[in-house]
Amino acid sequence: MVNSNRILILFAHPALEKSRINRQLIQAVKGLDSVTVHDLYEAYPNFHIDVSFEQELLLAHDIIVFQHPFYWYSSPALLKEWQDLVLEYGFAYGHEGTALHGKKFLTSITTGGGEQAYQRQGYNRFTLRELLLPFEQTAYLCGMEYLPPFVVQGTHQLRESHQIAKHAEDYRTVITALRDNTINWESLRQFKHLNQSLAQVIRTPELPHHA
Amino acid sequence: MHSEDFFFQAFVYLVAAVLSVPVAKRLGLGSVLGYLIAGVIIGPFVLGFVGKEGSDVMHFAEFGVVMMLFLVGLELQPSLLWRLRLPILGLGGLQVTVTALVVAGLGVLYGLPWTMALAVGLILAMSSTAIVLQTLNEKGLMKTEAGQSSFSVLLFQDIAVIPILALLPLLAIKTSASVSLAAAEQTAEHSSALAGWQQALLVIGTVGGIIIAGRFLMRPVFRFIANTQLREVFTATALLLVIGIALAMQKVGLSPALGTFVAGVVLADNEYRHELETDIEPFKGLLLGLFFISVGASINFNLLIEQPLLILGVVFALILVKFAVLFGLGRFFKLELSQNLLFAFALAQGGEFAFVLFSFALQNNVLTAAVAGPLIAAVALSMMMTPLIMILHDQWVQPRFVTSAPQPEADTIDDNENPVIIAGFGRFGQVVGRLLLANGFKTTVLEQSPGQIEMLRRFGFKVFYGDASRIDLLRAAGAQQARLLVVAIDEREKALHIVDQVRKHFPHLKILARAIDRGHAYELIRRGVEVVEREMFGSALEMGVEALKLLGLRSYKAHRAGHTFKHHDEAALHELAHAMGEEKVLVARSRQLARDLEQLLQSDNQDLVHDVDRAWDTSVLRKDA
Repeated sequence: MVNSNRILILFAHPALEKSRINRQLIQAVKGLDSVTVHDLYEAYPNFHIDVSFEQELLLAHDIIVFQHPFYWYSSPALLKEWQDLVLEYGFAYGHEGTALHGKKFLTSITTGGGEQAYQRQGYNRFTLRELLLPFEQTAYLCGMEYLPPFVVQGTHQLRESHQIAKHAEDYRTVITALRDNTINWESLRQFKHLNQSLAQVIRTPELPHHA
Repeated sequence: MHSEDFFFQAFVYLVAAVLSVPVAKRLGLGSVLGYLIAGVIIGPFVLGFVGKEGSDVMHFAEFGVVMMLFLVGLELQPSLLWRLRLPILGLGGLQVTVTALVVAGLGVLYGLPWTMALAVGLILAMSSTAIVLQTLNEKGLMKTEAGQSSFSVLLFQDIAVIPILALLPLLAIKTSASVSLAAAEQTAEHSSALAGWQQALLVIGTVGGIIIAGRFLMRPVFRFIANTQLREVFTATALLLVIGIALAMQKVGLSPALGTFVAGVVLADNEYRHELETDIEPFKGLLLGLFFISVGASINFNLLIEQPLLILGVVFALILVKFAVLFGLGRFFKLELSQNLLFAFALAQGGEFAFVLFSFALQNNVLTAAVAGPLIAAVALSMMMTPLIMILHDQWVQPRFVTSAPQPEADTIDDNENPVIIAGFGRFGQVVGRLLLANGFKTTVLEQSPGQIEMLRRFGFKVFYGDASRIDLLRAAGAQQARLLVVAIDEREKALHIVDQVRKHFPHLKILARAIDRGHAYELIRRGVEVVEREMFGSALEMGVEALKLLGLRSYKAHRAGHTFKHHDEAALHELAHAMGEEKVLVARSRQLARDLEQLLQSDNQDLVHDVDRAWDTSVLRKDA
């Protein structure tokens, strides 16, 4: 495909064997063409991140995805360490730090609490988009376009396997559409979450292409 | 027997086996049929090399069956045996009873008196343990449902021989004077002198003695023998054990096969089990082969020529009746159709016990020679037919079940096969083993120092005595089923030897090897060993990190420096391992190591420190700001 994007999914889950949702999500996108799944906890069990390798990976992709459970309103520790080390001054930001300019950035997170918890009146007091501001700002400083996050909420309530399977299918659809450039980039900005209304976000393949 | 004679006989038997078995195997007929055909060829009706002493040889070779049951017992933990109690008693019991009654019914219809008919029924209910187990083993079908069911039935039959021996004299035409429990081969003068309860007591005492001795006495004995480090003495001990038990069982009038089976089960969780297995195995194989040859040689073709219709009729009737009964019982016990067919085909023949029982029945006047003669020939022929029937089954029946063909291996037997084998359980192997065990992974350990084995077993490790460079021992330890092999021994050459052997014989096994030093690591890496760990490297590195900390580095920085160093060093290790040509292996090790060190020291200086220092560094940022 002419317009295809190469996607790097930086996946961080310290206990994948206990995961119910993330395991299904990552399974759904593994093996897709032009999609690199990089399992950080598998690659760096002792937190010893290979910085130059990671930077080369970033350079080789167009869309960077952070996929992780939402721990204490942030990422698991290894992904934070990854940010601290890999997004170096002079590489990702600063005068000469333009390596990531023009790339797109997506967070894909799962939260235990439901949507009603992430409101002024909810026990988390802030919306998810507000709590994700550090990621949004990181993307901004690195010159990357921040996309509305892919969010699976209320995972504590998700009991039925078909509910989980639905999310996994949505994730695969989203990643495929990002790769194939069949996203309505303009209408995308009006949504809080990427998977809020997939029908409106993704162009149907029948429509004529205009690059 | 003259010694020259003896050598000539041995020569004939061995030539027959060596020529016919490989040919039969190549033709897909299986070893059993090969031996049987060899027997027919050297027997009195073709070449006539052997014959007169045939029954002597068979009697001697029956000991192969005894050894086979000992080995079968070794594979069976008591707990597993207990789990099989339903198939053994139910399936086995019904098979013997129903087959005996049906055959007896047919016999009465044919005009035999009921006593004779019943005796014939009981005798023909037996199947051939030797042929069936050997064939199923060779095809790797022992662990299937059909294999387990077959084994259960055969085991019950072996046990049933004893009461049948007791029952037969009661069916005698003229009640024989000495009604005895003794095995046929030695009509016992001594046991008939004992009263029934004394006899029972003797039997219970002997079996109990075997169990208690096996549990408590054999371990120190084996350890004592193993400490001599003389393999042949260990082999002699193993043979002595089997022969001794067989003798004791015959003395009290029990089947030697059953006795050694019990002994095998008792020793099944003994750490010397694999060593016993590998020592007895070749004897068993040869004796069983001899046994099959003598069965082939004993087929009385004169009788067959005189009464071809009668004997062939009996053979087909026998196979048909046994098949029908087995198949019906298989359905009753809910065997899946393809498994049920295998089960029924496998056991549809007469067995070696029939020869014993027929001659016993003749001695006790239960049967007349006119009745027994054709039947003996029929049994031998039916045994000969079994490998052919199995080939038909493989070619025509089983392909119809392609979908269900790859049988998932039954868990029941598999649970004595652990996923990890550790060779060498010294300071190195112990750490690996303890970590795995602590995380719930069962490991089988092969260790050569008897002292440690004893202690480790007390802590629940599954430890076996033996030399891991022996392929047969690895196979016995379950290398076929295991996923990982940890080579943790401290002998350089032996480790390489094991790696080569395992690569050749068990290519599926992933190997993790302990390298003695850098040169050894190169050799292991070049052999494609999945994981190579240098025995000193890890701890030396840890100490280096501690030294850095004492010199004032913050812990995390010291830790990162250690890891950076490790990555760097391992990358260099792999690079050098592959860069080094074969001719350089000849370079004196010390010179080579010195040169390596020089190379290493040079590259250590370059990027290493820089990598560690760059992380979280803000000096450039401050300069720019």
